[in-house]
Amino acid sequence: MALLELSNVTMRFGGLVAVKELDLALEPGQLYGLIGPNGAGKTTVFNVITGVYAPTAGRIAFQGKPIAGERSGRITRRGIARTFQNIRLFGDMTVLENVKVAFHCRQRATLSSAVLRTPVHYREEARVDRESRERLKIFHLDGVAEEKALNLPYGSQRRLEIARAMATSPKVLLLDEPAAGMNPHEARELMDLIRWVRDHFGMAVLLVEHNMKVVMGICETVHVLDYGATIAVGKPAEIQSNPEVIEAYLGGA
Amino acid sequence: MKGFLLGVALVAALFVANGLFTGSLVPGVSISPYILQVICLAGINVILAVSLNLINGFTGQFSIGHAGFMAIGAYASAYVSVTFGPRLREGLAFLPEFGRDSVVLLLALTVGAILAAIAGFLVGVPSLRLRGDYLAIVTLGFGEIIRVFILNIDAVGGARGFSGISKLANFFWIYLFAAASIFVVSRIVRSSFGRTLIAIREDEIAAEAMGVDTTRSKVISFVVSSAMAGIGGGLFGHYLMYLHTNSFTFIKSIEIIIMIVIGGLGSITGSVLGAVLYITLTEGLRQFAQYRMVLFSLLLIIIMIVRPQGILGHREFWYFLRRRRRIDAPVGPPVES
Repeated sequence: MALLELSNVTMRFGGLVAVKELDLALEPGQLYGLIGPNGAGKTTVFNVITGVYAPTAGRIAFQGKPIAGERSGRITRRGIARTFQNIRLFGDMTVLENVKVAFHCRQRATLSSAVLRTPVHYREEARVDRESRERLKIFHLDGVAEEKALNLPYGSQRRLEIARAMATSPKVLLLDEPAAGMNPHEARELMDLIRWVRDHFGMAVLLVEHNMKVVMGICETVHVLDYGATIAVGKPAEIQSNPEVIEAYLGGA
Repeated sequence: MKGFLLGVALVAALFVANGLFTGSLVPGVSISPYILQVICLAGINVILAVSLNLINGFTGQFSIGHAGFMAIGAYASAYVSVTFGPRLREGLAFLPEFGRDSVVLLLALTVGAILAAIAGFLVGVPSLRLRGDYLAIVTLGFGEIIRVFILNIDAVGGARGFSGISKLANFFWIYLFAAASIFVVSRIVRSSFGRTLIAIREDEIAAEAMGVDTTRSKVISFVVSSAMAGIGGGLFGHYLMYLHTNSFTFIKSIEIIIMIVIGGLGSITGSVLGAVLYITLTEGLRQFAQYRMVLFSLLLIIIMIVRPQGILGHREFWYFLRRRRRIDAPVGPPVES
């Protein structure tokens, strides 16, 4: 049984079919790439999986349980975390606090323990502080832990988004164009980082990305969407030589 | 232990100050009743401003119905002390006068806070699904509904107003609860739960995507804030000894908003500063009678142009002290790797 399974998922906005009868199966620990030209419906797939939209039709199962239509907070607590294409950090909070917010959902902290400052509160705060700093170190952000998130350079903001999503201890991590706006050097570093994170934490990664070097370099399976419909699924090498994919990207002759 | 000692010291200091102000401690030493009343009303404003800041400043949900929750607390606690007060006093005859007063006041305030919290829950659950202007309008509407509803309850005087409330609140109690509300709100915002509130203010969609139950967090902050407004209202009634629904129109809600906007949304010290500044200005400009509101509005406009984030912005007061000291320490560029 796949970890995350979409079967026959359709998302319609009025007359526009953004995603059409999508079948997708993500195995534990898999690195899965989702590509397609602009407007192919990749981000919509993310939004449907994470509960931003309820799909018009179809079934989404996570660890065998249907999750379609649940609120995104609930889905995150089940173990699916995401990053955003247009960075959505908590700008006025520090880098460290951004990560700590994500820890909240795995934390035993109540309001009364916070007001009374019970031993539980201090213990939990110390634990979250320690683990958050560990996460920041992995993503080379420990030097800027006390900076405001919005003051970070672009590449660091992207890495912070991933660090923050990781802090919810996900089993599936959805990355929406993590290499957007990065230079080739940064993109290569990011590839290594994603692979390392996957190996180290053992989660499955679903990646939307336009940078083909990144996608073809790290993904084991690549899924190509065009106008909401699947046109190819396979290993990177197969996809690169698939005539339909080439046509979708370059336009038919 | 240190915190406990500080608390004891605070209570003692308030007690002594109360005695000095009213002239009951040292004969002949007191301040004018007018000044004392201004100081006490400032304290009540601090409670209201600090509690509203939890929703408007920290959680970023613009509510303008705070006076409604204040009214519920005021009327409920006044009703409790007027109706059950005398009998309770008889039962507590073994206690000294001060002890009897305290028990009645605390009981009344507890009931007021609980009822205001329940109202906050009932209003919050449906309206906190809305954002921005819509939430503002809905809370404004609920605030007025509460006021009109109370106006039509004959048991609390209706349009005649509620009189015959004994003066149980004084400087001591008002400032004790002001300190308590500052204490509670500052502990809430510097906790894991508080971080979820600030995250909601910064980006609600991202907060939800990070596993925060945003509805739950918003409702809890709304309920806590309403309960505190209820306490503020209860003290208000027991200080002035008379209540009328005209004190709780949406103008009152707007006043509280002005306080926190002047002081800085999302700053506890800012709300305290705003509350004190607001009452100082309104009282200080009293001699200019008819120009008072013009001057006051002008001041607000100037503040909005010069410093739109409020005097302290998102920061606490001590931030500015620390920054001054740190200014010559070298600050390296953010480490990029």
